[in-house]
Amino acid sequence: MAWQLVRRLLIFLISAVVASMLIFLVLSGLGNPARTQLGTGATDEAVAELSKEMGLDRPLVVQYWDWATGLLHGDFGVSYVQHIPIGPQISDRLLVTTWLVLGAMIIALLIAVPLGMASALRHGKVSGYLLSGASQIGVAVPAFLAAFILVAIFSVSLGWLPANGYTVPAADPGLFLKQMILPWLSLGLVQGAVLTRYVRSSVLDEMGQDYLRTARSKGLTPGSALVRHGLRNAAIPVLTVIGVQLVTILVGAVVVERIFVIPGIGSYLADSVDRQDLLAVQGIVVTLVVIALFISFLVDLAYTLIDPRLRRR
Amino acid sequence: MTAVQPVPPPTEPAAPAVLGPAPTGSRHRVSPLLYIGGAIVGLIVLVALVSFFWTPFDPLYTDVVNRHAPPGTAGHLLGTDMRGRDIASLLMEGARTTLYVGIVSVGIAALIGTPIGIIAGMTRPGASEFIMRATDILLAFPALLMALLFAAKWGGSVTTAMIAIGIATVPAFIRVIRSGTLQVMSADYVLAARVAGRRGTAIAAHHVLPNVLGLVIVQASVGYAIAILAEAALSYLGLGAGPTTPSWGRMLYEGQSGWPTYPLVSLWPALAIILAVLGFNLLGDGLRDRFDPRLAGRS
Repeated sequence: MAWQLVRRLLIFLISAVVASMLIFLVLSGLGNPARTQLGTGATDEAVAELSKEMGLDRPLVVQYWDWATGLLHGDFGVSYVQHIPIGPQISDRLLVTTWLVLGAMIIALLIAVPLGMASALRHGKVSGYLLSGASQIGVAVPAFLAAFILVAIFSVSLGWLPANGYTVPAADPGLFLKQMILPWLSLGLVQGAVLTRYVRSSVLDEMGQDYLRTARSKGLTPGSALVRHGLRNAAIPVLTVIGVQLVTILVGAVVVERIFVIPGIGSYLADSVDRQDLLAVQGIVVTLVVIALFISFLVDLAYTLIDPRLRRR
Repeated sequence: MTAVQPVPPPTEPAAPAVLGPAPTGSRHRVSPLLYIGGAIVGLIVLVALVSFFWTPFDPLYTDVVNRHAPPGTAGHLLGTDMRGRDIASLLMEGARTTLYVGIVSVGIAALIGTPIGIIAGMTRPGASEFIMRATDILLAFPALLMALLFAAKWGGSVTTAMIAIGIATVPAFIRVIRSGTLQVMSADYVLAARVAGRRGTAIAAHHVLPNVLGLVIVQASVGYAIAILAEAALSYLGLGAGPTTPSWGRMLYEGQSGWPTYPLVSLWPALAIILAVLGFNLLGDGLRDRFDPRLAGRS
């Protein structure tokens, strides 16, 4: 078990370093970032001057080393466009996005687990097909479209909820909740539909297993046999998908944060891309990718805890 | 080596079921999902093809007199947008952009992912582990994130989006194809070919590739749906198709200025996106049922 933990931790750390190298290579290594920053009409002198100011005249390895070691201390550099430190921006905005992602994930799970199970238990019946069809349509709806529809209904037509804005939860918890309901639903409903299909498929797999047949032959109903014996096994493949979903929601937040004017890391990324603020994009993308890798690491660990067979490998 | 004939795939149930079409017959009917998905995708392809030769109006022609015209006005079947452009014509040419983005991005992913997946499934465990760890790293870059990364560096355009989405879809192909390759490699006919002295490349070309082709098609269909969603999101952010390239995502982006006073301007491209993603997802599910009899009826 301890060796498994160390091995997975090492894989996570190496993956994070390699990913940071790739991001650095794309944004700082290929071409001249100073020229990208100044535009194609810039003179060679201006590019050379900015290159020197940005430290781009140093060897690439040295540039990477300085940037990467800075990251370890929370120093993401200073934006060449906004002239403000990037690190505090990322940490402040990441907190905002965390609220968004967690709320959306909770909604997705609240939808997916009961609907996925119900859909599997009603497999072959009309209600099962209806649930399955609804999840198929849900998967096809982009989050930004869901946001459009929700705003039109709950903000414009009914006037129940604000169409945009963000308030720090500590400042006004009530207003925070009111403002976050639509963004949570926009991301959560769509991801809930995706997750429903995986829960259904996973539960269907387990329902065909001998141990569940035995449980039912002892008098348990399909539902109670599943809840008592099957859920733990059905959770294993679903866990992987939840990990992927978390990352998808995190990245999907880019669009939803734009629509609802939420000052999260997604809108910071979209704005930085618009401004071609390469150093900021570099810092944001590396943060998101390391979070994605860390989620994957946690999912691996959760596997080991849920499935005893993996502990012995 | 020419004397060695490829051993035909065994017909007993032990054959890798995942990799070949399901047997025909009453017990293995073609999934209705395949028909529904195929019909939707076929319709979109047809509309895109027709748009090469004919559209009701020039999609980029702006008719300021007829701005926000309701459906049926002056020959505008679905009405006009905020610039008086014909929505039906924009949708038709938008279908072309959607298919173009999907074909190129899925093509990139399949061309890179399939051979790497086969190599990962056939090579030594250490090398295979290395490929899969590299794949895991690439998996941490979802299509939208990769596209934003590329847009920051090279500017937002359909081309940048297609390449980025394609690269981000490669890991999914590698994983699926590796899994299929491992199944083929454990089959008796591959063992026979190896005992007969056939080289790895010959086994890959004659035994593995034909048997994992079904998986490639299924994954391509799923990847297509992802590409459509990613392109729509990018165009919505203003980082995909430019103003002169009709695109469903761009139509939504432009339609939001009139939302919700003129909902139809956004509704049509929204429906088109949902229908296209639904079509490709259903097609993928139907194909999966077709190529994996064990899953028939699950979707």
